[in-house]
Amino acid sequence: MTQADKSQIKKAFHAAFPYTIPIFAGFWFLGLTYGIYMNVSGFSFWYPMLMSATIFGGSLEFVAVNLLLGAFNPLQAFTLALMIQARHLFYGISMLDKYKNTGWKKYYLIFGMCDESFSINYTAKIPEGIDKGWFMFWVTALNQFYWFSGSTIGGLLGSLLTFNTQGLEFVMTAMFVVIFLEQWLKEKKHWTAFIGMVASVLCLVLFGADDFMIPTMVLILAALTLGRKPIEQAGGFA
Amino acid sequence: MTSMTLTQQIITIAMCVLGTMAMRFLPFFVFSSKKPTPPYVQYLGKALPSAVFAMLIVYCLKNVDPMTGTHGLPELFSILLVIGLHIWKRQMLLSIAGGTVCYMLLIQFVFV
Repeated sequence: MTQADKSQIKKAFHAAFPYTIPIFAGFWFLGLTYGIYMNVSGFSFWYPMLMSATIFGGSLEFVAVNLLLGAFNPLQAFTLALMIQARHLFYGISMLDKYKNTGWKKYYLIFGMCDESFSINYTAKIPEGIDKGWFMFWVTALNQFYWFSGSTIGGLLGSLLTFNTQGLEFVMTAMFVVIFLEQWLKEKKHWTAFIGMVASVLCLVLFGADDFMIPTMVLILAALTLGRKPIEQAGGFA
Repeated sequence: MTSMTLTQQIITIAMCVLGTMAMRFLPFFVFSSKKPTPPYVQYLGKALPSAVFAMLIVYCLKNVDPMTGTHGLPELFSILLVIGLHIWKRQMLLSIAGGTVCYMLLIQFVFV
């Protein structure tokens, strides 16, 4: 690796880090909670540590605790994982272009594409002269490191930790609001944002908190497909 | 504690990994970078993100019940603050920190 390469990588790290600070707060909090939850459910810290490194998807990891406590049913675990993670299909479709020409890093970028890394990498205005591939790599790697270290420490310390951080989880909501707003301000027309909003709220009311994601995704896909002509004619999305 | 054997646990975790990775990698396998992506999928790639970001906000708020408890007021106030701060200063960290601190104060001291 040449000196120039190294300085490129370093510059990308410096550009990427500030974007991940809110994730640090959110992932450490949620990761610790997850590690503690595993610890008090009777699992050694190896479990949250290895699961956060390999699955790297918060909501499924919480569900996986219940799977591990129940009866052995690998097919159920697989279908549940597919359903909980189905939204990543949408992320992949949106990132097809952005992950192009990133070399070997592409595989890691896809592997580590959680909600937060996708959202940042999709919307971040990467400064001129910064290598895009390395920028996205650092966003993804830092986020995974936060989640991994938080859940490992939670698993190690368990219920020894006492919290006075009630409400800190709101940091994730606030981040998605900001990302939504950034995207909104970039667009001239807001049809697709409205479709997403109406579909999610409608399905949440109809199907309830535990079962609304899949119907929401189907509805979004149907609305975007049926409305393709008018949406494309109106144009205006970034 | 779990009643599964270690092997069964490893298989269960592996199934979770497999399901996750299938969903993350599938679009990239189906639409390889060598062939041009079909126009419909290109359109979806541009149209989906805004809809998905809206969905993620609703996902974060899915357990908020407007009918009982605090009626979702701490969430509502804090989100309005995030939006206000962001339109005013356009500083991502400020907007997120401001909204989060506001929410923590509201649920710890105001809506107890």
